[in-house]
Amino acid sequence: MSGWESHLPALQVIAPMILAPVVMMLAGRGVAWGVTTLVSAYAFFNAISLAAGALAGRTFTYKLGSWEPPHGIELHVDALSAVLLLVITGASTLALIAAERSISAQIEVDRQPLFYAAWLLALAGLSGIVVTGDAFNIFVFMEIASLASYILIAGGPDRRALPAVFKYLIIGTIGATFYLIGVGLIYLMTGTLNIADIVQRLPLAADQNSVLAAVGFITVGLALKAAVFPLHVWLPNAYTYAPHMVTVFLAACSTKVQLYVLIRMDFIAFQPNLADHALQFAQFLMPLAALGIVVGSAVAIFEQNLKRLFAFSSIAQIGYILLGASLVSETGLISSIVHMFNHALAKGTLFLAAAGLAMHFSSLTLSDLAGAAKRMPWTLAAMVAAGLSLIGIPGTAGFVSKWYLLSAVLERGGLGYALAALIVISSLMAVIYIWRIVETAYFGEPGTDTATVREAPSILLAATWVGALANVYFGLQPHVPATLAASAAQLLMGSTP
Amino acid sequence: MNPESAILAAIAVPLVGALGISLAGRINDNLRETVTLVTAITLAMIVSTLLPTEFAGGRPEVSLGEVVPGISFAFRVEPLGMLFAALASGLWIINSIYSIGYMRGNNEKNQTRFYTCFAIALSATMGIAFAANLFTLFIFYEVLTLSTYPLVSHKGDKDTVRSARVYVGLLLTTSIGLFLPAIIWVYLVAGTGDFVEGGILQGKLEGPALGFLLGLFVFGIGKAAVMPVHRWLPAAMVAPTPVSALLHAVAVVKAGVFSVTKIIIFIFGVDYLFAEPSSGWLVYVTAFTIITASVVALRQNNIKRLLAYSTIAQLSYVVMSAAVLKPFAEIGAIIHMVAHAFGKITLFFAAGAIYVASKKTEISQLHGIGRRMPWTMAAFTIGALSMIGVPPTGGFVSKWFILAGAFQADNTLALATMVLSTVLNAAYFLPIIFIVWFAEEKETPANDHGEAPLAAVIALTITAALTIGFFFFNGPVLELESQIVGKEK
Repeated sequence: MSGWESHLPALQVIAPMILAPVVMMLAGRGVAWGVTTLVSAYAFFNAISLAAGALAGRTFTYKLGSWEPPHGIELHVDALSAVLLLVITGASTLALIAAERSISAQIEVDRQPLFYAAWLLALAGLSGIVVTGDAFNIFVFMEIASLASYILIAGGPDRRALPAVFKYLIIGTIGATFYLIGVGLIYLMTGTLNIADIVQRLPLAADQNSVLAAVGFITVGLALKAAVFPLHVWLPNAYTYAPHMVTVFLAACSTKVQLYVLIRMDFIAFQPNLADHALQFAQFLMPLAALGIVVGSAVAIFEQNLKRLFAFSSIAQIGYILLGASLVSETGLISSIVHMFNHALAKGTLFLAAAGLAMHFSSLTLSDLAGAAKRMPWTLAAMVAAGLSLIGIPGTAGFVSKWYLLSAVLERGGLGYALAALIVISSLMAVIYIWRIVETAYFGEPGTDTATVREAPSILLAATWVGALANVYFGLQPHVPATLAASAAQLLMGSTP
Repeated sequence: MNPESAILAAIAVPLVGALGISLAGRINDNLRETVTLVTAITLAMIVSTLLPTEFAGGRPEVSLGEVVPGISFAFRVEPLGMLFAALASGLWIINSIYSIGYMRGNNEKNQTRFYTCFAIALSATMGIAFAANLFTLFIFYEVLTLSTYPLVSHKGDKDTVRSARVYVGLLLTTSIGLFLPAIIWVYLVAGTGDFVEGGILQGKLEGPALGFLLGLFVFGIGKAAVMPVHRWLPAAMVAPTPVSALLHAVAVVKAGVFSVTKIIIFIFGVDYLFAEPSSGWLVYVTAFTIITASVVALRQNNIKRLLAYSTIAQLSYVVMSAAVLKPFAEIGAIIHMVAHAFGKITLFFAAGAIYVASKKTEISQLHGIGRRMPWTMAAFTIGALSMIGVPPTGGFVSKWFILAGAFQADNTLALATMVLSTVLNAAYFLPIIFIVWFAEEKETPANDHGEAPLAAVIALTITAALTIGFFFFNGPVLELESQIVGKEK
């Protein structure tokens, strides 16, 4: 391993974190944005290098400060982390490239450096959760990411974001605390915080009640943070009232990172060591996933605000990810991980298009967007493309994950057929809520007050289209995410790739 | 050019053309039209390079890789798809000539968008024709729907937008709600969705489920316009006439019946489906569609709406004849796609020419127009005779085979439907032919018009000649198509 390459996992976190305070001091319009975008782009390329390594079957480990694990902190990047890193840094970079005009419209110039510093901290925190191999360290990064997200969400001009973020803060803190309690109990029983080490030592304490309690705390805590139904109440308002570009970034990756922790802790540490745990995991989470899919989609059908509609759709999509995982099978996990990637593509693009609309339409209520396609045809066309991906139309990325999920539930037989029907029905529900947008934007009569509305700023539009085309590209050539997901699933199910 | 790269080029060339058209449109109208024509001619030449291979029994195929295990994005040219591609690409040239006359004669706005979307629609049509499996077919099917939406809503006023909504709404909902689940079902039970001679469902699916799956396909493929999913077709008539002519008489609707026929032959397998009684309902539904649509057509006064209902009936000829499930009937279905395409595009060209020259859209206004526009109305007459099935027109050939197939299967219902609908066709077309030629003009029109623009007249003369020509020179088509149906016996 060459010298530079061995530092990649650390640089992934260090770069945005160290530069955050620097960005804070950069005054002047556009400077902070420029630097932040560059840092994020660097992080993206860093993630690509790591993913390329993971594709070649490599696992990166890094001893922070050269302290030997389990005493020092160990960073650990495998195929699963690589997928998440791509999602996090990709979403952040695309959002930032598109962001300048939108952010400037929403946040005063003198507060922008602080805002971008928070963005970098969120990026560092989310990446940190994914690269670290230490259970307590995950908590630390989780707090960094959360605190920075609260700032980002509340940073916009919409005062309704304040109660929303307060709710998020309370629930997020409870979730993080639950996780910490769980990790604390595990530490008491095993004497270690390093996940690999926990795996070694857990069998000695397997049947202790405190371990079982720890697992319960960790699962519920992470489910809270991941907005698993019915613990999702913080999410819709937080996404809706956040500055538009923040929604793009966070909607694409923040809940998925929590699900990542849930899946990793559970499949790596708990399931192999606790009797019947796989069954408990499935029985607890599968009904929640199924309910989340149905309820999220149903609410989205009746939602009037575009961003809230997408937010409820996200709750349904989190259900898909969780459903795949709760099948506790290799195909199920592949569908889960591939969907993390594909849903980020679709939802990121949808929120980018929404941000484009928000540049010109003062309200994102559906009825105010009547005839928007006449004014902004390109933005709306990209939104339709991403919408098709959300539904799962062949030729788009969404189809690939739906297909893996269908194969996975049918493998199960019995209950699987009911789940397959559920997936098909919920896809049809997605058709309805996407169609409502198309109906309004394409077939509504545009109001006279929008007569001067033109297309979104070209760079924002370009970013939206990069997202839309990525949905098509990864719908036809899903080799990279599918291969990463397959080796991640093998890793999680305990057979070496 | 080797066949494999010809397949890819056939899909890529119209796309490149679309890009060229949208760039050229910013510079100069003549340049734009030149690009359109060059693209159309290039496409037809590329498609024609595939013909010798097909006649020799070759089935070139090319795969762009597996999307997920078992589902690939791939193309394979068999005689049915070859015919459809040749038909659509050949008529695109004539249609482009016609469009130039029509769009300029009417001073339509947004002409660049029009030609661009048209080229994309043709690319999607090629994709449908050459698709090697259901997955690939579905992608291009949806692209065709989406790319034709701007063409249907071209005018942009309130009525047009409302109709475009019916158009895209009906086609998208049926395809996503029925067609896609049917495709997924096939992949799950058969493990593949490849088009294979003789079908892929033998032993994988049987009993009433087979009939139900057929239903998902027939109604899911809304483009075939089997009642009750036919409403989009009359709605689409708000589009400019060249769109109605090439897309809603040839490319889009034929994509529908082509898909149905292809699925019956290559997914179900004709013999296998014939042995399954639960598939018998399709003949009834299509017979009902044929008769009902013909009766509705009787009552139309608007020329394009009449043609639309006539198309609905004629499409169901194809589906019914495919559903008779005998070799002759399959040939009849395939030949009727061609014969109807020539006849109906001629009729639409004529309707458009009448509109450009005189702004007339209703049948009741057509008295004596034959003397002002002899070429146009002669072509119209030939097209109408082909719809009825009078020799020497192409419509006669296909009806012959459909009837032969119905005899072969002892399918009285199909026979009776054919006879009755021929009478109905005559009942709505002959009065028009009569008033056009033999009635006196009611009043002298405000503008003392003659023929339509030259480009339009040339185009409709060519298609009328093709309609008659197909009566005499259908040998190669028969030879090609009996390759697939022959293997069924």
